[in-house]
Amino acid sequence: MGHEYVPEIAIDRDGNQHEVQGWQGDFYGGKLGFWLFMLTEVMMFGAMFLALAYYNTLHPQDFLDASASLNRLLGGTNTVILLVSALTMGLGLLRMRAGDVKGAKLMIWATIILAVAFLVIKGFEWTAEYHHGIFLMHDKLLPESSLPFGQKLFFGLYFSMTGLHGFHIIIGIGLMLWLLKRINAGKVSPEHHILHWNIALYWDIVHLIWVFVFPYYYMIGAGGATGGH
Amino acid sequence: MSKTYFDETHCAIGHPKSTFMQWMLTIDHKRIGIMYAAVMFVFFFVAVFTAFAMRLELFAPGGQYMDGDTFNQAFTLHGVIMIFLFIIPGIPAIFGNIVMPLMIGAKDVSFPRLNWFTFWLYIAGCCIALASLFIGEGVADTGWTFYAPYSMNTGTNVIMALVAAFVLGFASILTGLNFLVTIHRLRAPGMTFFKMPLFVWGIYATAWIQLLATPVVGITLVLAILEKYFGIGIFDPAKGGDPVLFQHLFWIYSHPAVYLMILPAFGIMSEIIPTFSRKEVFGYRTIALSSASIAGIGYLVWGHHLYTSGMSDIAKTVFSFLTFFVAIPTGVKFYDWVATMYQGKIVLSTPMIWALGTIITFAIGGITGITITMIGMDVHLQDTYYTVAHFHYAILGGVVFLMFAGMHYWFPLITGKMYNETKAKIAFYLNFIGFNLLWFPMFIAGYYGMPRRYFDYLPEFQIYHQISFIGAVIFITGLIYMFWVFFKGWTKGEPTTPNPWHATTLEWHLPTSPPPLDNHSKVPYVDFDPYEYKHGEPVVKFNYETMQRID
Repeated sequence: MGHEYVPEIAIDRDGNQHEVQGWQGDFYGGKLGFWLFMLTEVMMFGAMFLALAYYNTLHPQDFLDASASLNRLLGGTNTVILLVSALTMGLGLLRMRAGDVKGAKLMIWATIILAVAFLVIKGFEWTAEYHHGIFLMHDKLLPESSLPFGQKLFFGLYFSMTGLHGFHIIIGIGLMLWLLKRINAGKVSPEHHILHWNIALYWDIVHLIWVFVFPYYYMIGAGGATGGH
Repeated sequence: MSKTYFDETHCAIGHPKSTFMQWMLTIDHKRIGIMYAAVMFVFFFVAVFTAFAMRLELFAPGGQYMDGDTFNQAFTLHGVIMIFLFIIPGIPAIFGNIVMPLMIGAKDVSFPRLNWFTFWLYIAGCCIALASLFIGEGVADTGWTFYAPYSMNTGTNVIMALVAAFVLGFASILTGLNFLVTIHRLRAPGMTFFKMPLFVWGIYATAWIQLLATPVVGITLVLAILEKYFGIGIFDPAKGGDPVLFQHLFWIYSHPAVYLMILPAFGIMSEIIPTFSRKEVFGYRTIALSSASIAGIGYLVWGHHLYTSGMSDIAKTVFSFLTFFVAIPTGVKFYDWVATMYQGKIVLSTPMIWALGTIITFAIGGITGITITMIGMDVHLQDTYYTVAHFHYAILGGVVFLMFAGMHYWFPLITGKMYNETKAKIAFYLNFIGFNLLWFPMFIAGYYGMPRRYFDYLPEFQIYHQISFIGAVIFITGLIYMFWVFFKGWTKGEPTTPNPWHATTLEWHLPTSPPPLDNHSKVPYVDFDPYEYKHGEPVVKFNYETMQRID
């Protein structure tokens, strides 16, 4: 593109030289930018957690009952899968920094497979809930159904948040495939791996959000009498 | 004669031959800023004429030209365009892009391609907003706040408007992010935070609000969309949802958004006042830090929009206190500006008289804001023309006036030409008189109980609406005249030197006017304060070949 950066030197009054920071190849700037972007993700999910906490205080018992009906086994499995995928992603970044491009690619593929497994399990969960009559615009969540207000709100938020989280997983898979393409093209290398770094950070936020979603939705009803299905 | 940024550019993809495509694909921050300006002012005039149509309808009691539904759609269109397409992105997108990198000695923003993408995201948002006019049952009729549950139930095209606002919000987040990284990473060597020009401080504080507040409204709009399409019931009382929660989440963003509008405008003021007083700015640090504190406190005051929506008395009292509290850093800024002018060699050029006019109009907007901070007063004045007048005095008389001041101030920098001073001053007086004639009567009408957003009214309010109408005609004439003066200046104006105002900040120390593609030919070492004057002349002088100081 012809924007290669030749570091420029500014000279102060005493004749000392100071290197001017350019926007080209600014590794630290790229990292900072992505951290800030992840901050917006936290604010976004934070607003939804705020709504969740608010309705939880209004309808505590309904929330416990609704939470008890979620499948903790599948949810827990998914949590483990996502935690392991964060590990593989991190290991991939370490491989890349150590200069082992092949190992890094392997780890990214492992992460992709785990991410797909997560989505498949999520699909099973949603299907099961659909068969129980719990789904958006469907049966028990319609305004005229007799399900208590608190449970309707719980499931409304449940589908919104797990749906949005799932959407982030899909984006993450896309990003990792793109990353592999860039690695193969030699655009991402041990010397120039800001993209890998940032996607690893993204994946960290995605799993971190799930670490909050899981207890809020699946665990709070765990002590109830009804149990999972 | 070296080439300027009008002659050449860097492009996001390849390097097309045609000038048009070069503009479309440019990643140069100065060109992107100009394109923002061009698009935004088109929308600005659309919204102005929508407002004028409403004034025409309100000239006499009873319905004349439009029915109630159309009127609802008209004020929604006016609000959505003005807020989301014009004022919120306005100053950061235009002047943040054009002059902020020049001020800190950067060659461009940190992510120039992201900047290009952001511009087109903004255009996409505008297109969606425009499409909502023609698709479905027409443009939304909810007002720009989209309050639930009405927005969930109305048949008009609320979804499109929400999606548009979401996309525009995304563009705003990315702009803020880009600026934050730019300000952190690309300052010239030696330029510490407390050596940055005050406009950069304004942009910096604004960028944090853009980054932290916008996602909240984004997700709120997404929830509203999900609610409308999938019936999740977060805001719908029929499913146990709480409409007031929508207001909370909405104003958590939208109140800081007011500071997001005003802080960069205050930044422009802080540039103009010392330059035209030929004096070092009084209380540099307090102005800089007050921007940061306004941004911080601005987060905690959203509740004052909900005094009448149902909130506990304690919450109301706390929000009222915090709202009063914002007035302190704002007052600090105003006193600092006045103190800067004290014993200065004041030059009454057009940017300066715009700034001085704004001190009057924004003071009226701010002081009337304090009256409605009081809970008792607010219950009386909520949703009346008093609030309308307060808002327009603060935002139009504050933000937009300062944007115009900035346009005059940086006009020679951007175009390399000079507008006609006399004509520009005539335009200012037309605007200033028209503005006050237009909005001041609304304080009185509102105090006597004229509700906002009504397309009809009792005959006793007619006189106020008629005075307003006359003001509106003068104001619009002034606006058109002002842009005509700009146009004439750009096409036929006198070429100017790089620093016609004897300003001190870095953007005026460029080798040519308009600036070359790569900004400063050479980046200087910054070991001086941004506003250093001695006997009315700038202290710091450069040799433009080496960018070393020669004073």
